[in-house]
Amino acid sequence: MSTTIDDEVTSETPKKPTKRQRQAAGIAEAASGGVKMLLVKVLLLGIVDAIAVYAIFILISSEQWLVAAIVGVVTAIVNWIYFSRTKLPAKYLTPGVIFLVVFQVFVLVYTGYIAFTNYGTGHNGSKEQAVSSLMSSALERVPDSPTYEVTVVDQLGELGLLVTDPDGEASVGTTDSPLTEVDAEMEGGKAVAVDGWTTLNFADVIARTDEITELAVPFSDDPNDGAIRTPDGSSGYLYLSNLEYDAAAGTMTDLSTGTVYSDLGTGAFTSDDGEQLLPGWQIVVGFDNFVRAVTDERLAGPLLYVTLWTFAFALISVASTFFLGLFLAIVFNDLRMRGRKYYRVLMILPYAVPSFLSALVWAGMMNESFGFINQVLLGGASVPWLTDPVVAKISVLVVNLWLGFPYMFLVCTGALQSIPEELQEAATVDGARPWAVFRLIKLPLLLVSVAPLLIASFAFNFNNFNVIYMLTDGGPRDSSAPIPVGFTDILISMVYKVAFTGQSRDYGLASAYSIIIFIVVAVISVIAFRRTKSLEELN
Amino acid sequence: MAAQQPVSGTPIGLVAGEIDEFADASTRASTALGAPRRIQPRRPFNFGRWFAATGWRHVVGVVMVAFSLFPIIFVISSSLNPRGTLTGSNALFSKIGLDSYVRILSDPQVPFTTWFGNTLLISGITAVATVFLGALAAYSFSRMRFTGRRFGLISIVVVQMFPQLLAVVAIFLLMSAIGDWFPAIGLNTHVGLIMVYLGGALGVNTYLMYGFFNTVPASIDEAAKIDGAGHARIFFTIILRLVAPILAVVALLSFIASVNEFVVASVLLIDTEQQTLAVGLTKLVSNPRYADWSAFSAGAVIAALPVVALFLFLQKYIVGGLTAGAVK
Repeated sequence: MSTTIDDEVTSETPKKPTKRQRQAAGIAEAASGGVKMLLVKVLLLGIVDAIAVYAIFILISSEQWLVAAIVGVVTAIVNWIYFSRTKLPAKYLTPGVIFLVVFQVFVLVYTGYIAFTNYGTGHNGSKEQAVSSLMSSALERVPDSPTYEVTVVDQLGELGLLVTDPDGEASVGTTDSPLTEVDAEMEGGKAVAVDGWTTLNFADVIARTDEITELAVPFSDDPNDGAIRTPDGSSGYLYLSNLEYDAAAGTMTDLSTGTVYSDLGTGAFTSDDGEQLLPGWQIVVGFDNFVRAVTDERLAGPLLYVTLWTFAFALISVASTFFLGLFLAIVFNDLRMRGRKYYRVLMILPYAVPSFLSALVWAGMMNESFGFINQVLLGGASVPWLTDPVVAKISVLVVNLWLGFPYMFLVCTGALQSIPEELQEAATVDGARPWAVFRLIKLPLLLVSVAPLLIASFAFNFNNFNVIYMLTDGGPRDSSAPIPVGFTDILISMVYKVAFTGQSRDYGLASAYSIIIFIVVAVISVIAFRRTKSLEELN
Repeated sequence: MAAQQPVSGTPIGLVAGEIDEFADASTRASTALGAPRRIQPRRPFNFGRWFAATGWRHVVGVVMVAFSLFPIIFVISSSLNPRGTLTGSNALFSKIGLDSYVRILSDPQVPFTTWFGNTLLISGITAVATVFLGALAAYSFSRMRFTGRRFGLISIVVVQMFPQLLAVVAIFLLMSAIGDWFPAIGLNTHVGLIMVYLGGALGVNTYLMYGFFNTVPASIDEAAKIDGAGHARIFFTIILRLVAPILAVVALLSFIASVNEFVVASVLLIDTEQQTLAVGLTKLVSNPRYADWSAFSAGAVIAALPVVALFLFLQKYIVGGLTAGAVK
């Protein structure tokens, strides 16, 4: 059948199928309903191809040659796989693998790359972008410059200025593209409209005042020529930058003070006394981020205690949930006990509630001055559950125990019940006491089946972002650190805070921390899997 | 059940554990009901003996149930408190009314219903697509022999050691780059977020399904092949139906995972209107100016209900599907 489908592909794609071919197709359809599937296949591939072609057009128009080429090649491979007769496993694997490669493998590799750059606030783009952004931020109106009549125009949501210079020549430009001369429709010596652009009417100009006053249209390709800006949407003035960029020497000169800032390879223009002009640009900085994380005193301290706490948190969480779960599994594994079913259902409820909600509710209950625990359970005590460095750690562990014990309870119950009864009977006949039966027979057997889950649980808790972030937000905050880090932060929440919260985002440093987590997780899983193998062989 | 041994080193052990436990609870419940009744009438009730045998277990049970339930009872109570700050919610069930529910659902400042819809949409689509992609891959790993099969299986396990949230910075930069070219699937879009989630579709899920697919006898495929069915037909009309229980498990796990996911969602979804419950509610509560604790509690109860219901409902379904024997 698989060949039948593919035969049809080759025979039906020509424009005029012969009568015999049509008959054959009809018979095949009656026999298997395969044509429907073929149609679906062709339709789906058609959609994929159409999207890919569209994507390639867009990418080429924004000059992303490499990405466009990759999209093209991948699309070609996909088509080849699905129209080929043999690539059967690939047909089933391709969709998942594409997502896996882009959003899992590629991003991991890309994280590795970012860790070696200075990417972050102030170092977001290329050097050209930094130059033009510096120049335009230092724009000042030229005192005796002529007035240019301007008309605000719009092209697909992007604002531009239609400028009439004092000689009556019209030109149009946007923030990104300098003024170019155009044939415009003139009205009383002022250009009012041009093909391809929509002229904004008075109401639109009022509505978009903020955008319009921000608009600075470069006068020419050379950023030193200045830009046209308009304060009111009808008359524009020439603005020149306080900074002068010397492309040949690669230096930026502040015209008012005369300071020369040069490119010293640090990703920003730097003056002789070390002052930097920001924004700078993105460069590869080698191991700087790692060196900084480990040797900078203000960063090394937090990194050390965060790492230690991450290990402690993960280990204690696994141990506490496992032992409580195991204890409960033993307690409720007695056939004589009534109502076990009800206890079980009620006890697994914490596992069924989404953990982010539980953590938020716990945070409310643990509030120092208004929370339920202090006010009601402790009769008005003021235990700083979430604000004291030590108590907050205990709180996090208690909440994580609450969140995690039902899972361990389920797992241990399953594992206990899968141990054959005969073993226990044999041991009892031989005179073993219940504790000995448990310690010497049941526990080792249980550990064999549960050990991999304990390791998985450790890896999960090592990156258990939600409980930390929702409960304490990593706090209490360590005010001596230059990055937003607190005493209950684990590595992954520190990554998040360094990259996405606070005044300055430091993607490079955050990625370097991610790499540290990679390495730890990798080492742990290698060791763990070796261990479990040896455990299995023992039994 | 015998075919579904907890396999060490794979997550199937987990599910098998849960399944064992529930299967056992249901089968043993009948025996447990019968056994003590036969014995008890014969001898007089002795509290000491009863306590030593099962009584203390009830004490443990009651303590643990109290520990498990008190946050849940607290949140339900404060959600029923008509107007309440955190302090006002401390007297459990002092007032009962649905005002907080009305407030959270109609507050123009808090687009709770939008968040709720976003969450259901994103998690639902992710769950369905994850099951589909994972099942396709598991089918090929289970039924076909090809070069690179072993490598594929191993690398899927290895890649999954490194969860996506570790690469959150790179995901953010990648999506903002994609957003520059294709705003419809870039930053701040649901499609973009779902695509990122689907990056994790293979992996643990595939392994889980792979184990289950292996328990379906290959003779079924062969019989269908002899009857003239193609590979696609065998997959869609025969195999997928036989493995329905594991599909339900994976869908449930994936759904819960995306409902709970905060890191990537908070980074990718910028506008309040686009956010999910996890992002929206967390930001709401962490805002110090927001003091309507009972409205938040009402929101939390509404948000938790579908997940808890799915969890309890689907567990029964899974057990039923497994114990009845999908392969007859």
